Amino acid sequence: MAASLVAAAPLDAAAPLAMNAAGWLLALAQTALFVAAAPLFAGWIKRVKCWLQNRQPPPLAQGYRDLRRLFAKRVRLADQASVVFRIAPYLVFGATILAAAVTPFLSVNLPTAAITDAIALTGFFAFARFFLALAGMDIGTAFGGMGSSREMTLSALAEPAMLMALFTVAMVASSTNLATVITSIETQMVMTRPSLWFAAFGFLLVAVAETGRIPVDNPATHLELTMIHEAMILEYGGRHLGMLEWAAQLKLLVYAVLAINIFNPWGIAHEDSASALGLAIAAMAGKLLVLGIVLAVTETLQAKLRLFRVPVFLMLAFTLALGGMLSFIILEAG
Amino acid sequence: MNLQGAMAAIGLALLSSLLALLLHGRPGSQRLLAFLALGLSAAASLVAGIAALSTGQAEATTLPLGLPWLAWHLRLDALSGFFLAIIGLVSLPAAVYGWGYCRVYDDAPARLTPMLAFTGLFVAGMQLVLLADDAYAFMIAWELMSLASYFLVASHHERAEARHAAFLYLLMAHAGGLAILLSFGVLAGFGGGFDFASLRASPLNPLWAGVCFGLALAGFGTKAGLVPLHIWLPEAHPVAPSHVSGLLSGVIVKMALYGFIRVVFDLIGEVHWAWGVAVLAIGAGTALYGVLYALVQSDLKRLLAYSTVENMGIVFLGLGLALIYLGNGQVFLGALAFVAALFHALNHACFKSLLFFGAGAVLHQAHETELSRLGGLLNRMPWTGFLFLLGCLSIASLPPFNGFASEWLIFQAALQAGSLDSGVLRASIPVAAAVLALTAALSATTFVKAYGIAFLGQARSPHARHAREADFSLRLGQAILALLCLALGVLPTLVVEALGRVSFALLGHDLPSATAHGWLWLTPVAAQKASYSAPLVFAGILLAVAAWAAVWLILKRKRRDQPVPRVPAWDCGFGELSPRMQYSAASFSMPIQQIFRGVWRIRADSQPAQPEPGLGHAAYRRYALHVEDWLWQALYAPLAAGVLAAARRVALIQTGHLRHYLLYSFFTLVLLLWLLR
Amino acid sequence: MFFAQLPIYEQAILALAAGVLLLSFFMLAHPRIYSVIKLFAWQGLVLAATTALVAFDSQTPHLYISAVLTLGLKAVFIPWLLLRMVDKFEMHHELDEIRRPGLTLLTAGALVVFCYHTTLPIAELLLAITRNVIAICMSVVLLGMLMLVSRNKALTQVVGFMTLENGLFFAAVAVTKGMPMVVELGIAFDVLIAAVIFGVFFLHIRQSIDSLDISRLSRLSEAERE
Repeated sequence: MAASLVAAAPLDAAAPLAMNAAGWLLALAQTALFVAAAPLFAGWIKRVKCWLQNRQPPPLAQGYRDLRRLFAKRVRLADQASVVFRIAPYLVFGATILAAAVTPFLSVNLPTAAITDAIALTGFFAFARFFLALAGMDIGTAFGGMGSSREMTLSALAEPAMLMALFTVAMVASSTNLATVITSIETQMVMTRPSLWFAAFGFLLVAVAETGRIPVDNPATHLELTMIHEAMILEYGGRHLGMLEWAAQLKLLVYAVLAINIFNPWGIAHEDSASALGLAIAAMAGKLLVLGIVLAVTETLQAKLRLFRVPVFLMLAFTLALGGMLSFIILEAG
Repeated sequence: MNLQGAMAAIGLALLSSLLALLLHGRPGSQRLLAFLALGLSAAASLVAGIAALSTGQAEATTLPLGLPWLAWHLRLDALSGFFLAIIGLVSLPAAVYGWGYCRVYDDAPARLTPMLAFTGLFVAGMQLVLLADDAYAFMIAWELMSLASYFLVASHHERAEARHAAFLYLLMAHAGGLAILLSFGVLAGFGGGFDFASLRASPLNPLWAGVCFGLALAGFGTKAGLVPLHIWLPEAHPVAPSHVSGLLSGVIVKMALYGFIRVVFDLIGEVHWAWGVAVLAIGAGTALYGVLYALVQSDLKRLLAYSTVENMGIVFLGLGLALIYLGNGQVFLGALAFVAALFHALNHACFKSLLFFGAGAVLHQAHETELSRLGGLLNRMPWTGFLFLLGCLSIASLPPFNGFASEWLIFQAALQAGSLDSGVLRASIPVAAAVLALTAALSATTFVKAYGIAFLGQARSPHARHAREADFSLRLGQAILALLCLALGVLPTLVVEALGRVSFALLGHDLPSATAHGWLWLTPVAAQKASYSAPLVFAGILLAVAAWAAVWLILKRKRRDQPVPRVPAWDCGFGELSPRMQYSAASFSMPIQQIFRGVWRIRADSQPAQPEPGLGHAAYRRYALHVEDWLWQALYAPLAAGVLAAARRVALIQTGHLRHYLLYSFFTLVLLLWLLR
Repeated sequence: MFFAQLPIYEQAILALAAGVLLLSFFMLAHPRIYSVIKLFAWQGLVLAATTALVAFDSQTPHLYISAVLTLGLKAVFIPWLLLRMVDKFEMHHELDEIRRPGLTLLTAGALVVFCYHTTLPIAELLLAITRNVIAICMSVVLLGMLMLVSRNKALTQVVGFMTLENGLFFAAVAVTKGMPMVVELGIAFDVLIAAVIFGVFFLHIRQSIDSLDISRLSRLSEAERE
């Protein structure tokens, strides 16, 4: 039985865990690019939104300027702040970078992709969220507790939908290793697979909830009572705030890249040659631009949901993902 | 040799009990020697268990005890070795911890002596359960374990809730024991004798195999706290002294798991996939029910007890998967799910006892486990706070800790559902996995709440404000377990390799593919299907901590000239903070209460209260939530009423007249004569 | 890899079938009456597209007529009729709240699995492509019934009924390549008549109880009113 399972997968058995220095260097460079591009993508969405709303957009480099300003600032701590409050930004940022490091961004030929699979990737975000929520409760303000409570509630509901979407993909590709998933989706003729379409939509909805975008949370809100993510980080300043902001932008980019590479991977590099990587960069940049526009348009068209409507939103995502799984089993597996 | 070691462990545990009795009245030496013997017993069982696990060889012997025609059969194989190791792993820190923890009882020898004596008996009983190789010895050991733990639950018998919990525990333990006895009875009825070898050989037809399975599930499920038989668990585990709570939640439920595996996977042998569906559904339901109830608890120890229900649900979910795969002939995947379930059981033993010990330390120092009166303990109890945090990270299944590794394996096992023939199974197993995902996320929420309310924020009561760090022995006990949690999480490959031996001995298949790529990579099925490298994840997290340390060191000089300014919290400019403004345990879980309403029976009390002086003249109300188990109302209360009504009806024959009783005897005699004609 | 081996048209038919099912799910859970009717129109559209594809794939020209009929009736006329009623009764923002949307959706998911299970023996007798679609058709029928059961407003119940009919029609198209033309025309006509009769019926309910909430119709006689 095991042998037949192995035979079904497209790669040879030794490839994913192969260790070579060049591969790791490339992975490091790719991660660095990933982290560096995060404020740009967030800035791009903001820019498109400004255009749509007839406002003057800030320059694209504004994200970097904000971060530089925050990192240069002195840290001030609240009286009650404990060590959890101080270490949380490092852990949140670190876990998010780790998530970026294991996500195939430009190339599937990524030694770090074997460290975790799609399920463990959600584990990294859960780790970051755990510390963020604890930090929100550390000072003992009502807003912090409110943010933590809401964040954990919504993420608890988002988790099954996310897993269901990933399960559908994993069943189609019969693997949860992201590199394998991407390769197998790329090589099979799958544009008509209903399961993948449903899973993609379900995934996008959950991604919107997980990254705190409209209609679930509003990253630009100034009303304390509607905040979720912002409420948790209200007491932060200086480099701590810089790391948390950066982590949030990076998380958005990771989800965007995941959505692109799992459901529309064409153009991703399979070897580490300059031409393949160049093509991959161009393809990824183009797809990110389009995705940014789509996000900005939907955010402009939609209003933020009332907190207790969000479960229905997530239920919708779960239904889509479940529908994807069912249609795979009923229609596609034969 | 290993078996002798295990028997020595039992002897030492009994010795601990004996020492406690002999040294009554001299609490200092009594405590030291009893816990020393217990610790030695734990070490012996750990060594014997690991040795049995690593050789994979079974050793057997008979003892001239018990019934004249049925000597006690003892046997130590890989499965019992694994569980023996769990007992050792948890009792060793428990002994260290208990030595310090029981100091508070030094001036109450009447309480200390029975507590120590029954702890020894309890551990001995559990060890004997694992060694028993015939139904008779098994039941004796099982009852020894149940009764000893009953007395431990009833330690604080002056409190009504402890008496109530202990009685409920005893009742449910006996109902469960009866089911187990009947299950053995079915096997023995078809087999030749009461020793496990003949039970294993007994030819069961599918119907009787199903009956035997159902009885085992009910009997062991009662002890394991499967919904709807869990009702005693959240009552009994919290009222025991904390070192015992850790043992109860960490180990005794694992004995139930052992019994279930022994009977179903070993003695019955031929499993049917439909059993797996039942176990899967019950496991998923238990996990979700447990975590939803854990989430709304406001007492730390009760919260932990409900979370035990949840984790046992997860373990049984894994076992259900194993049964489904085995019943469908997929032995390899069955072994994978089986190993995942055992791994989670091991992990749960470590982090749950760690958390119970942490809660005990809080109780010891702050005299409170009610979350609404705790807060800010991390600043006052940094070690306990840190270790408790590690426990929370483990139980919330976050990488790279151990809870994540085992749940990840269960997910991987569930994802292989595509290789089953039945489409219905292929569709329902991912749904069960989604329930598992929901459970894991809710458990993260639960432990953010527990940790955030108890250890972060500001103190909500004077007790919490004046808490001090716990004694060294309490911290050491927790530290051992916390290290264990981390080690099991970072090196899952080694654990899976060891557990593969259990599955090889029992199911005839181990997991060569899982560990094929060395200690760094865990690859349950194949490397390109899924791989997880916990050491590298751990290295990544360490890197983040190192970055923090580096920044701290670089800024050290600067900080000397210019210390980090400590300022009042900003809080959007709302003015001075008071502990009462914080989110409380009830408010934290309120959104989830709203979303899943109807799951709980919640009574909300809101009464006008006296305003505290100096806090303005706002209208004060005292708000309290009482969460009752829905199943108590829906199932147990009608059942209890029915039993009482039936008893009253039967009581009619109790007239009190001697002649009537003689008449009953007379009729019985006549009836028996007629029957035996 | 069963799916990837099919010809592209059959893949598209399967994808559209999945779309029909998904729209049923959405209708089941959507609280807004207005949106439910729109979703119903979409389902009609997808159904018409599927019918046309089946006609093309199996070279059965008379299915084109069915496709056009479906498009005209179910995607345009009946939704228009219902939307006009919404306009007339000023129910644009009215909700038909489902008490537990999550539970309803999970029940629906379980129903789909159940249908898959029950249609397996029938499916053994059919062609490869339609074998899988039959489970979807049956699910759409059962989801329509579930919608009838779980809804309170008369308008959404009618949509539920029409969905049920969609499922039956889909089964006819996908499994037997359409029924004889006369039968199909008859059914289409019946559905049309039903829609009109429902419209009249709504007016009367509305006039007599001043609402379309059918939970208010549960009293059996005038005498119990008080």
